[in-house]
Amino acid sequence: MLEVCDLECIRGDRRLFHGLAFSIGEGELLHLHGHNGSGKTTLLRTLCGLILPSGGEVRWNGEDIRGLREEYAGQLTYIGHKRAIKDDLNGVENLRVACTLDGVETTDEQLWNALDRLGLRGFEDLPTKVLSQGQKRRVGLARLLLNRAQLWVLDEPFNALDKAAVGLLQGVIREHVAKGGMVILTTHQEVSLTQGEVRNLQLGVGEKGHV
Amino acid sequence: MFETFRTILKRDLTLAMRRRTDLMTTLFFFVIVVSLFPLGIGPEMNTLRLIAPGVVWVAALLASMLALERLFAADHADGTLEQMLLTPQPLALLVFAKIFAHWLVSGVPLVLMAPLLGLQYDLSSEGLQVLLISLLLGTPTLSLIGAIGAALTLGLRGGGVLVSLLVLPLTIPVLIFGAGSVEATVSGLGGDGHLYMLGALLVMSLVLAPVASAAALRISNE
Repeated sequence: MLEVCDLECIRGDRRLFHGLAFSIGEGELLHLHGHNGSGKTTLLRTLCGLILPSGGEVRWNGEDIRGLREEYAGQLTYIGHKRAIKDDLNGVENLRVACTLDGVETTDEQLWNALDRLGLRGFEDLPTKVLSQGQKRRVGLARLLLNRAQLWVLDEPFNALDKAAVGLLQGVIREHVAKGGMVILTTHQEVSLTQGEVRNLQLGVGEKGHV
Repeated sequence: MFETFRTILKRDLTLAMRRRTDLMTTLFFFVIVVSLFPLGIGPEMNTLRLIAPGVVWVAALLASMLALERLFAADHADGTLEQMLLTPQPLALLVFAKIFAHWLVSGVPLVLMAPLLGLQYDLSSEGLQVLLISLLLGTPTLSLIGAIGAALTLGLRGGGVLVSLLVLPLTIPVLIFGAGSVEATVSGLGGDGHLYMLGALLVMSLVLAPVASAAALRISNE
């Protein structure tokens, strides 16, 4: 379970949010809303531990993530704005590196299947620099199919994806939530994420966050 | 854990092989700088023999500074570095793999090229041998110390110049003992003591630099 207590974040001279508190448990999905510049990405990066909060803390199963570090990182998958793939490597190589870093052992077959499922059949062994924006995004997202992290933090995962890929990714997210995983995501697109309840968090309304 | 080290090493070497022009710039810089001195100073053998160790070592130092910028910059730009910070693997180990790969592609070519360049300065075969050994011990230290600076200045404008300002003073001992070892050998004093010092510096930076770079990376990624 991920708990956020009295979180405050200041970037530059601006206070993005303060007194933010929520928690998310197994099988729950949190959809983060907010206008541009309201601090969505900052919040997600803070939840990952990439940014130290100016106040408050983020707890994983009751312990501060700052103390857990690698133990927490093993439970977490973060997909950010940057695609985190190497242009000079091909899809399979990129995915293999990402999985090894995640601590997941994979066979070649699994890697090819994951890319295949994301609609990259025939593009697996091309250097990703020749792929389109959407295809690069898909290579980056293929990690989600293979990792065993419980918490997914996804920053605008639907960007640059076509309709079919959006549908596919929604399916993957739904599957993860159904298996008891947790997902926190931001998106400006209209998407249907789970049959169950989706929790919404609005940032940037009168400064304070509400669930 | 060894698997992660191997993966990062292999990835960085593959990337370097697919962008060979980057490797060539460092090596050519080294070759050209070292070759310019005999042209500028003239064919006075005694003078050349005298300045050889210093010139080769300063050129190696500058060449390794030139290469430093590339150590983390690409990974920072495309977001892979961010992912490395978020893996269950120890970050210092990943950083160490990156530094090792960086040395293999930017340091080792210099080491191998140095004896050939030393010939231009009429160094004795003994002197060339010690030059090779001193660079073999010294260049990894330069990469390790440089990594701390590169990590600290990541994402800053004009980071390249800043990194040189930060790192060059720290590399002075390596320069003194590196050039000193060749000088001492040529003058007949024997360069063993200098080489032991270089070895000690290497061991010290092997232990400290990856941890310090990892901490610096966390800071500059905030």
